[in-house]
Amino acid sequence: MKTNCLLHKFLVGFFLLLCACTPSTPETPVEPSPEIRTLTVMTHDSFDVSEEIVRLFEAEHDAEVIFLKTGDTGTALTRAILAKDAPLADVFYGIDNTFLSRALDEDIFEPYESVLLAEIPDEFKIDPQNRALPVDFGDVCPNYDKRYFEERGLNPPKTLEDLIKPEFDSLLVVQNPATSSPGLAFLLATIGHFGEDRYLEFWQRLVENNVLVVSNWETAYYSEFSRWGGTRPIVISYGSSPPFEVIFAEEEVDEPPTGVITSDGACFRQIEFVGILKGTQNRDLAEKWIDFMLSPTFQEDMPLRMYVFPVHPEAHLDQIFMEYLAIPEKPIYLSIEKISANRENWIQAWTETVLR
Amino acid sequence: MSSSHLTSPATPPRSPNGRQGRLVPILNQIVSTENIKLLALWAAPLTFLTLFYFYPLGSILRLSFARGESGWAAPILTALTSPSIRGVIWFTLWQATLSTLLTLIIGLPGAYLLARYQFRGKSLFQALSGIPFVLPTLVVAAAFNALLGPRGWANIILMDIFDLSVPPIRIINTITAILIAHVFYNTTIVLRMVGDFWSHLNPQFTQSARLLGANSWQTLRHVTLPLLLPAITTASLLIFIFNFTSFGVILVLGGPRYATMEVEIYYQTISLFNLPLAAALSVLQLIFTLVLTIFYTRLSVRISRPLSLRARRITQKPLLTWRNRILAAIIIPTLLVLLTAPLFALTTRSFTRLDPGRGERVLEDGGFTLDFYQALSESRRGALFYVPPIKAIGISLGYATTTVVLALALGLPASWALARNVRSSLNRLLDPLLMLPLGTSAVTLGLGFIIALNRPPIDLRASPLLIPIAHTLVAFPFVVRSLTPALRSIQPRLRQAASVLGASPLRILRFIDLPLVGRAVLVAATFAFMISMGEFGATAIVSRPEYPTIPVVIYRFITQPGGLNYGQALAMSTILMAVTATGMIAIERFRIAEIGEF
Repeated sequence: MKTNCLLHKFLVGFFLLLCACTPSTPETPVEPSPEIRTLTVMTHDSFDVSEEIVRLFEAEHDAEVIFLKTGDTGTALTRAILAKDAPLADVFYGIDNTFLSRALDEDIFEPYESVLLAEIPDEFKIDPQNRALPVDFGDVCPNYDKRYFEERGLNPPKTLEDLIKPEFDSLLVVQNPATSSPGLAFLLATIGHFGEDRYLEFWQRLVENNVLVVSNWETAYYSEFSRWGGTRPIVISYGSSPPFEVIFAEEEVDEPPTGVITSDGACFRQIEFVGILKGTQNRDLAEKWIDFMLSPTFQEDMPLRMYVFPVHPEAHLDQIFMEYLAIPEKPIYLSIEKISANRENWIQAWTETVLR
Repeated sequence: MSSSHLTSPATPPRSPNGRQGRLVPILNQIVSTENIKLLALWAAPLTFLTLFYFYPLGSILRLSFARGESGWAAPILTALTSPSIRGVIWFTLWQATLSTLLTLIIGLPGAYLLARYQFRGKSLFQALSGIPFVLPTLVVAAAFNALLGPRGWANIILMDIFDLSVPPIRIINTITAILIAHVFYNTTIVLRMVGDFWSHLNPQFTQSARLLGANSWQTLRHVTLPLLLPAITTASLLIFIFNFTSFGVILVLGGPRYATMEVEIYYQTISLFNLPLAAALSVLQLIFTLVLTIFYTRLSVRISRPLSLRARRITQKPLLTWRNRILAAIIIPTLLVLLTAPLFALTTRSFTRLDPGRGERVLEDGGFTLDFYQALSESRRGALFYVPPIKAIGISLGYATTTVVLALALGLPASWALARNVRSSLNRLLDPLLMLPLGTSAVTLGLGFIIALNRPPIDLRASPLLIPIAHTLVAFPFVVRSLTPALRSIQPRLRQAASVLGASPLRILRFIDLPLVGRAVLVAATFAFMISMGEFGATAIVSRPEYPTIPVVIYRFITQPGGLNYGQALAMSTILMAVTATGMIAIERFRIAEIGEF
């Protein structure tokens, strides 16, 4: 009997533990009133939004919105594709133009002609069938450490061509395009700017100028960039990094400590899209969610939460972005078909030139 | 107390059918009553593995190969003939071998010290040595950077002393960084597994050898090492498989010139979407793991022997002689520098205001701050996925406790079955399979979870339960490997005697096996706890963002620019270290009646 009692105690304890560590599990939702419907949105790690904004949508449509974060953009997309026979969610948000053609080829989205599309500039609408609708954009550009150049009385670089000049020897750190999203974006910027026949020559000159390559953004920015732990004052990051440096400064600062090279061809524009996943049971609610994401209310919330920028021209930017955000006049666009057809070859050619 | 155990390896006679490989005798053997008992023990662990490992893995491999036009053989052939992928396989093998050897060289002297001596601060030291195991790679990279980076302490000091203008130490993007990080992560496995086994070895063996005229080298070579071999090979196997499937360390610290098979699988899957080739690489990785484990299983049957284990209060003594003290004075500081200097650098940094642009130099001026800790409960309020740090701690501890319970509940019967009958063909078939989850690509298995567990009968799509289940898959092999050597070393005569005296199997388990292997149970629990606290990859499989673990919160901060974000990532890492150390010490102190210390 003693053992039985022990066993029983053990099982009960274990069960309590399970309950304790899984507060409000989706298996046991609070008895939903019949009108409350659930919308599941699949997205990537970097997604964030203000709570009040989501509650606004939920109240208006008698809905509960559940978010599933399933890794970085590439991983989340791969998961959505593999699960397309029994979709994990109703809506997928966060796919960018470097991955878009994979999603369209795999046919995971249902077309949706949102009325709000009429208000969005044509440059963002890449899929003519509107299976993927543009939500936001961000630019990947070289950033530099202002103080480094001021202290030495030097001028910071202004163009991509500057980076191969001798005075910028050993000053640049970039990311490997095979493993890093900004790394790939910068490679695409050089391809767009110099052309397919000349970009490798530029990279060859960068190698001669002792460019440093690391695997990911975190290492480049926090270990090698001279503003933080490193010695290199030029790093590939985002056009939105300077306002980040102001908002998340350790002590209040008047202006961002970093600058951005925004000359022609120095930046690659990443556009993020949203789409309704094929096989959804909540098509009408999914449509409402997409309309909501394209409306100024949501669009104005994005910059401070995700540091990407609204495609809706009437969404107002916070003062801090008006002042410090670097938006290139002529960012590089490459067609998604071209990116998808050449991604492997470009990365391989780059690897041969830069790493070997 | 007799020392006759030394000469009683108690090897049962080989079954004449054992090696014939004919079907009928094997079938006969499988249906024997002994095997039915074994199967009963195996039932729960096998069901778990089938549902949450073999089924998802099989689904993803089948789907991946089906996407190619040429079946499964062609991609495997491509992988084996492509020079660049052969380079990757070769690199994976040699860095894992070298890392494992280095870890043993660094860890064994420490294991000796922990096993044989009592000294002040020992349990703190042991807890500290386990912390690296739970740290996310990005945090370890930050710690190494604070110490050895271009503007880390070591370089600043060397530049000041020798008046240099460029930092002399260059560690990021080198093979050295990979090796140091692997040793940093895995030394605790040697300290715990070998150290614990060693602490129960009867010291009379070595004393007798010395009495009979052997010098200390001969004693080590001919008595101690052979007795320790089961624990050493087990630790080596686990460490090797960890290094073999290394991902974050290679990517972040090794840089773009180094790739293991795991890194290549990520690149082929996510970046190029070449699923057949990725699946081929996963299969090759599994075959290597399987071959290695089969080799290990054969070896461990040969080298394990029943020993009369002794309580630690008998085997351990204070550091009295000068020779021992000098040894301790060399070993402890070496380990402390290697294992805790990076932790110290992290902690210090999380309390220091960093004057922008001046790197670690600000430490010279001081600049103590609690800003980062305060910001943890303020900076993101209003964001949907914001959680206060205390909640993340609760979530992490909840997952970790569930993992410990699940892993022990599954691991105990499996190891008991393995230890009952080392020569059973059923055991020999199943034993190597247990290690497979450790050697499986996390990218591949993660995708397998998505496609296999997303529809009835098992629909766990959005369930937070997936996380402790995934953690248990990794922890389970550790639990089995910690318990089996200890269970095998119990004299069968003890069980037989109890049985003759009328004890039921459950009573034998409760009053003989459990007390004798109590320490090993605690070691196993500690490993399961550490694995769950530090695990990050599986947590991202299907993560309900409302329930982030501590590593997930760290990741959210460190992937964004801004000093406050970086500082908060380090503050959260410090919290992770403190919570983990507290948890490990608590497990260490845990007693279930007479279990734990005997």
